[in-house]
Amino acid sequence: MTIGLGHYLTVAAILFTLGIIGIFLNRKNVIVILMSIELMLLAVNLNLVAFSTHLNDLVGQVFALFVLTVAAGEAAIGLAILVVYFRNRGTIAVEDINMMKG
Amino acid sequence: MIIQALAFYLFAAITVASGFMVIASRNPVHSVLFLILAFFNAAGLFVLMGAEFLGMILVIVYVGAVAVLFLFVVMMLDINFVELRQGFLQYLPIGSLIGLILLVELVLVLGGWVITPVAKQVATTPIPALDQVTNTHALGAVLYTKYIYLFQGAGLILLVAMIGAIVLTLRSRPGVKRQSIAEQVNRPRDAAVAIRKVEPRKGI
Repeated sequence: MTIGLGHYLTVAAILFTLGIIGIFLNRKNVIVILMSIELMLLAVNLNLVAFSTHLNDLVGQVFALFVLTVAAGEAAIGLAILVVYFRNRGTIAVEDINMMKG
Repeated sequence: MIIQALAFYLFAAITVASGFMVIASRNPVHSVLFLILAFFNAAGLFVLMGAEFLGMILVIVYVGAVAVLFLFVVMMLDINFVELRQGFLQYLPIGSLIGLILLVELVLVLGGWVITPVAKQVATTPIPALDQVTNTHALGAVLYTKYIYLFQGAGLILLVAMIGAIVLTLRSRPGVKRQSIAEQVNRPRDAAVAIRKVEPRKGI
């Protein structure tokens, strides 16, 4: 009953799929879509670290660190845009976000 | 070994269950709280794999910063979330179908795929034994030497994100009274004090 690479990859695959389903289900709510993206990035990190420890190569963990950085920046910018948008329009429904559609 | 397996199944089950609750729960506040639970358990998985530093960073960055930011925004914006949930069931079949197809594909790839044993020997930066060098130490020794430019780039990304968030949310509201010290100090004496000759029994 040893826990190998496949176990971790399976967990990451399930988590990634949940993120994608979340984007489909909550198509109107930007906040939950952003949360789903965070879930998918977490799954990617899980994959990177699993391969890193399994193949005994540290670079995977370094890359996971950079993915973490980008995820944090993305969440900050995304939520800032959301706050500005809510201030202007009073709603965050995705269907209304087409002001720039020319 | 059995304890490791038990810990893995515990962490994995809670991570997946709370990931499901993130996308399925009715209230976004609950979603954020389940996201925090998922991050905690993923950090447990990281520690179980031997990447302790990343596990702790996950708790600090994701739980301490990102999830709290989400919570803050969800509570700050006054949104009718019931309205936003309409169409949830409408998208359920197609979403589940696509998710299922993706999951089956991923599992098929995982099932029919082997890593060549040579791969372990060609590692560019092998992980040193954990009883000699800790994970944090090893990671720092690589990150600050070999990947220093990427590290600086990551810092730059964070700086741009910070400035961007501040610039986006900064607004100058009209009609707010603020103290302007320079204006106060620069006011000449004539504008502030006037000497009037007041005649007796008459007001000004």
